[in-house]
Amino acid sequence: MPQEAAHLKVSRDGEIMLVEFTAHRILDEANIAQIDDELTALIEAEYRPKLVISFAGVDHLSSAALGTLISTNNKIRHHDGQLRLCGINPQIYEVFQITRLNNLFRIYPTVKEAKESMAPPTQAGAQ
Amino acid sequence: MQTMRVPKNKGRRGRPPDESPAASLWRRVDVPSAFAPARQVEDRILAHCRRLAYTDRDLFALKLAIEEALTNAVRHGNQLDPHKSIHIKYRITPHRADVVVEDEGGGFNPAALPDPTRNCRLSCAGGRGILLMRAFMNSVVYNAAGNGVTLTKFNDAYPRHAGLLKAGSPEKRCYQ
Repeated sequence: MPQEAAHLKVSRDGEIMLVEFTAHRILDEANIAQIDDELTALIEAEYRPKLVISFAGVDHLSSAALGTLISTNNKIRHHDGQLRLCGINPQIYEVFQITRLNNLFRIYPTVKEAKESMAPPTQAGAQ
Repeated sequence: MQTMRVPKNKGRRGRPPDESPAASLWRRVDVPSAFAPARQVEDRILAHCRRLAYTDRDLFALKLAIEEALTNAVRHGNQLDPHKSIHIKYRITPHRADVVVEDEGGGFNPAALPDPTRNCRLSCAGGRGILLMRAFMNSVVYNAAGNGVTLTKFNDAYPRHAGLLKAGSPEKRCYQ
């Protein structure tokens, strides 16, 4: 059952949480601060949080939004969790390339590929 | 009889940009130092660029850069002081958009900012706004006091102009 938050739509697939933005533009500083609060609450409620953040439908974001993503990544790493980004349109991906944040985040084209990248490794020799 | 020159490349929706003098716009607006009134001016600038058939890529770039400049003015320049103002000047022609954003703060030295793309700074949350402005605009120039910035974007529907200052060219990095 998806949880509706003010700025995020969160759904769960096993231990993976899929986070989607409810707005097309992630620009306003006040909204970004609330998004940061909502992401922090999700991370702190989990043991080793696994988050997939989808940017499907997002057509603008600011440097402040990038700051929130970096902060989220730092918190997840602190909790020994995993973060994946996906569904980023070409214009916004250019923002990640210019800032070299495509080297910091693990970015996948689709939600499916992002989720599959979090699958536990198969044990060697397992049938 | 003088004929109006129409560029080979057409802008958004296949329309050639309107080159008549009436299409150009020159405004100076002073707004209270807050995000909402500043964004209203930003919306007016973008709406006029849209009417002049600026490309979708230009509009994305302008929105991103103006948003960063206004955020810097409100947050860092005027330090969220509601009694201060932001001074915005813009000149929009079919060929180029120039937007000046000035705050009432003490200014700063943009050359002194650390490079946020260095490996050791990738995990730092802030400091990318000016990098993005420089990347998406044809020109970004700060005034001597460091409390005002002029953003320039050429209309990509005019390749003869868009080619003048390409991303990453030495000319593009002539900051003051």
